[in-house]
Amino acid sequence: MATPAPPQLVYSRPKSLSDTPTTYCPGCTHGVAHRLIAEVLDEMDLRERTIGVAPVGCSVFAYYFFDFDFVEAAHGRAPAMATGIKRVLPDRIVFTYQGDGDLASIGMGEIMHVAARGENITVVFINNAIYGMTGGQMAPTTLPGQKTTSSPLGRDVEQSGFPVRMAEVLATMEGTGYSVRRSLHDPKNVRLAKKAIRTAFEVQVRGLGFSIVELLSTCPTNWGLTPRQSLAWVEEHMIPVYPIGDYKVSSSIAELKI
Amino acid sequence: MARELLKGNIAMAEAAIRAGLEAYFGYPITPQTELLEWMSLRMPELGRAFLQAESEVAAINMVYGAACTGARVMSSSSSPGVSLMMEGISYIAGTELPAVLIDVVRGGPGLGNIAPSQGDYNQIVHGGGHGDFHPIVLAPSSVQEAIDLTVLSFDLAEKYRSIAIVMADGNIGQMMEPAELPPMRPLERKAPDWAVRGEVGRERRILHSIYIIPENEEVTNIRILERWQQVLANEVRYKEYYLDDAEIVIVGYGSAGRISLSAIRAARTAGIKVGLFRPISLSPYPYAQLSELARNAQAFLVVEMNTGQMLEDVHLAVSKRVPVEFYGRLGGMVPFPEEILGEIQRIAHEPLSIDADPRQAWMQRLKTMLNLN
Repeated sequence: MATPAPPQLVYSRPKSLSDTPTTYCPGCTHGVAHRLIAEVLDEMDLRERTIGVAPVGCSVFAYYFFDFDFVEAAHGRAPAMATGIKRVLPDRIVFTYQGDGDLASIGMGEIMHVAARGENITVVFINNAIYGMTGGQMAPTTLPGQKTTSSPLGRDVEQSGFPVRMAEVLATMEGTGYSVRRSLHDPKNVRLAKKAIRTAFEVQVRGLGFSIVELLSTCPTNWGLTPRQSLAWVEEHMIPVYPIGDYKVSSSIAELKI
Repeated sequence: MARELLKGNIAMAEAAIRAGLEAYFGYPITPQTELLEWMSLRMPELGRAFLQAESEVAAINMVYGAACTGARVMSSSSSPGVSLMMEGISYIAGTELPAVLIDVVRGGPGLGNIAPSQGDYNQIVHGGGHGDFHPIVLAPSSVQEAIDLTVLSFDLAEKYRSIAIVMADGNIGQMMEPAELPPMRPLERKAPDWAVRGEVGRERRILHSIYIIPENEEVTNIRILERWQQVLANEVRYKEYYLDDAEIVIVGYGSAGRISLSAIRAARTAGIKVGLFRPISLSPYPYAQLSELARNAQAFLVVEMNTGQMLEDVHLAVSKRVPVEFYGRLGGMVPFPEEILGEIQRIAHEPLSIDADPRQAWMQRLKTMLNLN
């Protein structure tokens, strides 16, 4: 009888994640995004050189789930706070983790100027088209016609305007080195998202300017859908409005082999 | 160091640099702008961080971030800009970080004007953003004192993990007078043990102002209050002039205090026993010292460049034991010594009532003077 093969560890928690259960709802893709960041920082051996800046929103407690230095910003101000840190400690890796209300509504000024300055920081932007933490209100990224608790009849663009496409907007800034959109709705896209996050941190390590990865994400609780329905909703409804793509990859970054 | 002819804004900027400032973030606004301009040249020259932010909101949040690293960091602004910074000031307080802010106060409310004022007293001394905390507030009355208090503000901010604000009225920022700058301090400082710096080989550090469990926020508020009680016990600052035999005590800070002193000297030559109590720390406020003065004084006169915001604090200290009178100019207007001398003469010669509303009576006198009746 053949001896059974010794057990092989094929999946474990990255060092950059702490041993803390998250506060996210079942089926929410915040956890996926956290893990991708943690895997990338582990692989690049950056964990102990990194300072994260958490937002206000569902990921307000992100620093409990990561295992490296972190600060917690005021709503929308993470890019300004990250700027203050990076200017004092230019050799550290500084990134913000922001949702759509935080980044594209109240923090629109700060995100535009951090890009305009070419601030050498990385932004991971979670776009789930809704305000999660406050219970499902309309976000600047809410789709036309999408029902939320503050657009109960569906977002009326005549009254509340149109969705904001941040990856495209930020790509217009001279100081931006890397601006892309990815999605977390299926395994293939999760792999592509990880590669983009890796590239964004490589951009920062090399001092090639501002980098942002927008991640299309789910909010089953506030969308009123199951986790599986939510993943399908991203593909069917969000991607047509927010196409996955590379909106700016400066030439020196395009040459990177990752 | 020799005395030089220095403009207040530039003197405060250079004093901060010599006190070991490592990072400055600000936004242009009159009458503070020369401070930012000086920083824009000097800080890069010294290899230190300078950034003109896109707004005061961003500037104070850059200060917040830099303060998390344990660096000596500051911003400066003027009244409307400081209003925009209130959010960040509260977060800095809630995270228990040291940081320095200079407010070169101008006329308001609203856009107001760019003339000197003390209209930010309540916003700064009794305010500083939402939640339960007290900022340290220091008020200079000369360029030299602006230099000295700027240096002191960094030391106090670090000692008490507090925001320290130098509240200078527009006069102090704009005027030039001889003053001596301190020697340059070396930058090498050990980062505090709470600083978030992304360091190898230690446990992660987290800095935040959120305590989602109210029990924890209560404990945090107690910790902040206990630190404040240390400030109350150790850091009350004021200056007394001609108070030994004074029957009338003028209370004024900043420019209002300094102008009052000219009036007091004139009144003394006319034989009126009047002196000046000039609070330097507006927060912590010298209540006990004022209360002690109320034992012997026959009357108080509060002079401010606002509608009597500090008047309430003097009332608290004097507690209706003797009359407290008020004189103020508003909206960027600065009182002349003659106006204050007139008030001293009135108080010396006219009967006063403890129960009368000093603000009401002053308004009538001011409106008569301005032909508004």
